[in-house]
Amino acid sequence: MSKLFDLQVTVNGKSYQRQVEPRMLLSDFLRHELGLTGTHVGCEHGVCGACTVLFDGEPVRSCLMFAPQAHGHEIITVEGLGTIDQLHPLQEAFRDAHGLQCGFCTPGFLTSLVPFLESHPNPTEDEIREAISGNLCRCTGYVHIVEAVKLAAEKMHGGQA
Amino acid sequence: MKPPPFEYFAPASLDEALALMAEHGWDAKPLAGGQSLIPMMNFRLAQPEVLVDLNPVGELAYIRPADDGGVLIGAMTRHKVVQFDELIAERAPLVHDAMPRIATHQVRNRGTFGGSLAHADPAAELVSISLTLNARLKLQSASGERWVAAEDFFLGLFTTALEPEEILTEIHLPPMPGRSGWSLQEVARRPHDFALMGVAAVVTLDEDGRCAAASLSYLSAGDRPMKGEHASQVLLGEKPSAELFRAAAEAGASQDIEPSDDIHASAEFRRHLANVLTRRALEEAFARAAA
Ligand SMILES: Cc1cc2nc3c(=O)[nH]c(=O)nc-3n(C[C@H](O)[C@H](O)[C@H](O)COP(=O)(O)OP(=O)(O)OC[C@H]3O[C@@H](n4cnc5c(N)ncnc54)[C@H](O)[C@@H]3O)c2cc1C
Ligand code: FES
Ligand code: FES
Repeated sequence: MSKLFDLQVTVNGKSYQRQVEPRMLLSDFLRHELGLTGTHVGCEHGVCGACTVLFDGEPVRSCLMFAPQAHGHEIITVEGLGTIDQLHPLQEAFRDAHGLQCGFCTPGFLTSLVPFLESHPNPTEDEIREAISGNLCRCTGYVHIVEAVKLAAEKMHGGQA
Repeated sequence: MKPPPFEYFAPASLDEALALMAEHGWDAKPLAGGQSLIPMMNFRLAQPEVLVDLNPVGELAYIRPADDGGVLIGAMTRHKVVQFDELIAERAPLVHDAMPRIATHQVRNRGTFGGSLAHADPAAELVSISLTLNARLKLQSASGERWVAAEDFFLGLFTTALEPEEILTEIHLPPMPGRSGWSLQEVARRPHDFALMGVAAVVTLDEDGRCAAASLSYLSAGDRPMKGEHASQVLLGEKPSAELFRAAAEAGASQDIEPSDDIHASAEFRRHLANVLTRRALEEAFARAAA
């Protein structure tokens, strides 16, 4: 085993200190070390998008970063978007518009879309499809996901046409 | 799968990074955006013993005007930054046009210009474009620096002129001459997927409206970016016309590329695409040059 790395990282607003092997992927760190199993792992080569988290506010593949690279940075996972009692409007919209079936892909869609909806308060269908093109869903056929994003835009920025 | 163990260094400056590369040489690899290296490590296709993380080296991320009217790009500049940079849009429109076609936005948030060139994937847009634009690459080591032309940098599949202890630090894109036009044409399943075939072209007209210069290169067309030498020869000194474009496309698709069969497309289909895409690229590039 290689030398352990002293990692300090803020996840969903909470600061954590852990010793990790450098080769530990950020996705595995979140799931296995912190128990934040909302971040899913599908392919581990950047294609499926299930592992997407917000790294200093920007969506990235957590399977394509090593945990030490998060040292001193801020991460938000799907667990940090809303609470069970108070879902993020995007989460509500996914529920209301049937934007998920098995839910495996959903955390990656949500984390990819939160910054998108901030910069695109009133997105077109093409913009939405481009924004979700880095996330694979094997269940929904995407139609309901697109509907959910439109609904979320209305909920979050309603009337701002 | 999971990557094999390695020793991890996070140098705070380029000097420190160069010293680490000098010390660890063959066993070490720089880690840029990690969007190609980490998948390869996860598959254990790459097993470096030491990783020198360039992400903390802030001095390698910049886009600056060059004195000759071109641009200087720091190797650690992320795709996302290049995509929305105004100087790039103005002085290197071919690069600007390519950015949305390079992977999805999550990958562009991490992937870097230098990492893409150092990785030397013959399907990568920036690899071919740097050849089309006659880019020059600055390679630094603890003992000095040298500039290498894109043409001499890409040696084969994932193989470059970089020595084990060297880091690619800067890319110089020379300006396009006046009366020039450009075009990037690709066929891909989705716009940002790796293309089955692609061509990047820059053409220049002289005062009489004849082709004074033409630079083409193909992506996904061989084990390295393939220069469209024969296509360019057909164009030089001629007036643009549909017939000329057909002849150049024919020459390019039959003589300038070495496509292979894989699960995505046959070599024959790739040659067909090269022919059609070259014609489209020339139509667009010459129209822009004349505008
Ligand atoms: C799902 C997915 C889709 C993609 N689609 C495309 C696409 O359509 N088109 C495309 O062009 N690319 C695509 N890519 C690749 C992406 O653009 C990568 O970011 C890029 O190829 C590598 O850049 P990087 O900064 O991530 O480099 P890394 O992965 O960090 O490094 C790649 C290699 O270069 C070496 N290296 C990196 N920087 C330097 C340096 N400064 N000096 C010396 N050596 C260095 C590393 O040691 C390593 O060997 C895709 C990637 C993914 C995951
Ligand atoms: S698990 Fe990271 S992109 Fe698929
Ligand atoms: S809901 Fe099942 S993969 Fe998307």
